[in-house]
Amino acid sequence: MDAPHSMGTTIIGMEYAEGVILGADSRTTTGLYVANRASDKITQLTDNVYVCRSGSAADSQVVSDYVRYFLNQHTIQIGKAASVKTAATLVRELSYQNKSFLETGLIVAGWDIHEGGSVYGVPLGGTMLRLPFATGGSGCSYLYGFLDQAWQPNMSREDAEKLVVKAIALAIARDGASGGVVRTINVNAYGVERNFYAGDQLPLFYDELAPRPTLMQF
Amino acid sequence: MRWEEEGMKQNAFIMGNKLMGSSPHVFSLIMPSIPITHTQTPYVTGTSVLGIKYKDGVLIAADTAGSYGSTTRYKSVERLRPIGQNTLVGATGEMSDFQTILQILDRLIITNAMFDDDNTLGPPDIHSYLNRVMYNQRNKLDPFWNTLVLGGVKNGVKYLGNVTMLGLHYVDDHVATGFGIHLAQPIFRNEWNEDMTLEQGTKLLEKCMLVLFYRDRSAINKMQIANITEDGVKISEPYALQTKWDYEAFSNPTVGNEGSW
Repeated sequence: MDAPHSMGTTIIGMEYAEGVILGADSRTTTGLYVANRASDKITQLTDNVYVCRSGSAADSQVVSDYVRYFLNQHTIQIGKAASVKTAATLVRELSYQNKSFLETGLIVAGWDIHEGGSVYGVPLGGTMLRLPFATGGSGCSYLYGFLDQAWQPNMSREDAEKLVVKAIALAIARDGASGGVVRTINVNAYGVERNFYAGDQLPLFYDELAPRPTLMQF
Repeated sequence: MRWEEEGMKQNAFIMGNKLMGSSPHVFSLIMPSIPITHTQTPYVTGTSVLGIKYKDGVLIAADTAGSYGSTTRYKSVERLRPIGQNTLVGATGEMSDFQTILQILDRLIITNAMFDDDNTLGPPDIHSYLNRVMYNQRNKLDPFWNTLVLGGVKNGVKYLGNVTMLGLHYVDDHVATGFGIHLAQPIFRNEWNEDMTLEQGTKLLEKCMLVLFYRDRSAINKMQIANITEDGVKISEPYALQTKWDYEAFSNPTVGNEGSW
């Protein structure tokens, strides 16, 4: 059972009126075994920029660590917060120049004074695309149709967060490589806020059952 | 074989190397030796690009789809880009490689401008440069996985050409890449002529783009047309074409022959 640690994963980055929401599931698998059922796939790069990681856990962690290291130096040098575009470009350069070694899809999102909230998708291969919303990981296959219909521009913070949580919950329902809890991070001009939605508090969909009261003690 | 051993150099996790052109690694982490293999597989790809010369210049069209295998993953990818004042490049194939080629061309244009001698690079110059870039990557068995269409007008001379990922290059009055080779080129050969107006040229390209939307599974109905004249490069906002599905034979295809498709 020594298959490389991979993050099946569902990740989302979404722009709303004043900032961005990043969302992710929490399942990390080695082959068929769930190695970590409560992983944190949303990683901080700077005070104002975060990245959602998918694909190989090792590859995405290494890329994040290098970019955090570079951005730390860059921030000291320029004397102000790094832009989301800069962070995304660094992620892109690493992904592209090392494309034959890496297997990781990343979503870079955050807030800066130039552009407000922005979301950049950096899929396999190292293409970089700024988007109003981006999805990634194995679970994103199940979300194209849903988000095509449900996404609107200029949503409020609450609506965007609800949409992200609902989307990840839907993906978890169908993708075996996604599961656990939903974590979200909200970044805007005022700061950063983390949220946590426990697995048993997610909405239930078609053909799923609510749990029965149990005699077990946790 | 000697050339295989050549390839078994130490791997380096490269950062900032190609950012600085040919300067040495900014920073690299040496890893244990495994053979360096390149010749990648494409991930995010763009489909056909079409180009024709017309009376006042060159018209180039492409849709705005970025496919991920069989999925249309991105629907707003700009595959047509201006280079300098007189030229436009359109790309088929892996989009990350196209983005890198744009970085390389950007460096070329800026370096040339820094000579500050009023000399600007025109379409034939860009074409030749791109050919060298593509061919040299191919020789390293690490190609840019693209076919590029290159067009423009400078000093009254209209120019239109192609460069492939192997370094094959040529010029012509009309060019196409990908599915366009099979579906659009024959239409160009029949219907193109030298004195087409902007309207006639646009109509011809739209006709071909419509055929591609019907028959190329990677194509979407959202396209841009670029018009390059002596006055410069103008790329249209993305727009969609009218499609026709209301044929008798389409609404009742199996009447009279049940079980047919």
